[in-house]
Amino acid sequence: MADDDLKDWMAPDPGAEGEDGTLLTAIPHSRELGMRLISRAPDEAVMMIPYDPRLIGDPETGVMHGGAITALLDTCCGTAVMMSPRNPASTATLDLRIDYMRPATPDRAVYAHAYCYRATRSVGFVRATAYHEDRDEPIATASAAFILNFKGNGA
Amino acid sequence: MSDAAFEALTAKIPYIAFLGVDFERRGDEVTGRLAYSDRLIGNPMLPALHGGATGAFLEITALTSLAWLRVLERIDGAGEWDGAFDPQPKTVDFSIDYLRSGKPQDAYARAVILRRGRRVANVRVEAWQEERSRPFVAAHGHFLLPQGAKA
Repeated sequence: MADDDLKDWMAPDPGAEGEDGTLLTAIPHSRELGMRLISRAPDEAVMMIPYDPRLIGDPETGVMHGGAITALLDTCCGTAVMMSPRNPASTATLDLRIDYMRPATPDRAVYAHAYCYRATRSVGFVRATAYHEDRDEPIATASAAFILNFKGNGA
Repeated sequence: MSDAAFEALTAKIPYIAFLGVDFERRGDEVTGRLAYSDRLIGNPMLPALHGGATGAFLEITALTSLAWLRVLERIDGAGEWDGAFDPQPKTVDFSIDYLRSGKPQDAYARAVILRRGRRVANVRVEAWQEERSRPFVAAHGHFLLPQGAKA
């Protein structure tokens, strides 16, 4: 897949999807962060964390802590892997690398879009972006690998 | 004096309290503790700690270790802490390896500052639960240092 195609594929419009997705109640820590599922499709997921003063990392600026964005990206990447047509029964993060491009803007929700660009019989490879509205202005990008578990292979 | 400085350093950051992280320090050695709470669970079936929570715990420990080193230098330079902090280091990148699933109990972490230059620091950090020699999550990252900080 050409890079441009990938870019288009990774550019959902969260405004069009609405900002009041389902609260992720099944995952206690995600629920605590107020994390919401905006949309899912094969191999991909979009999620969001509303701005919350409890998540501030720098009291001078009111900017959200990178740790909250880590949790958002990890959850979004894991969900994209679970959306793989290979249909894994469960998955676990092997590694997650996050590059921070710029601080999040205070008082604004942070979105994440994750795309599982390859899934083998044992591993899912994922890229993700965290942003406010415009995915071309990323707050952070991530690259992750997940182990895939299937029913009947000891999962 | 340095106890007050250390407390002030971490108390001002809401997310550290949100996650339930506190620190024990002996001189320049800083150990983070992630106090277990049901709110930290990512997989209720196992159950296991959320990878986002443990990753964030490592990043907090790395940032606090770097910031604390800078406070110690200010104390050394001035003879006492002047009550001020440098702006926080900024994470450039952070790479987390998940080694084992985190059990529903307290976790501990320590950072090693591999190199601290004028602009950038390179930090390794590991967390463990029952045995220090069996880390369950490890990370390394680069951090931009506030300008004006000593090399």
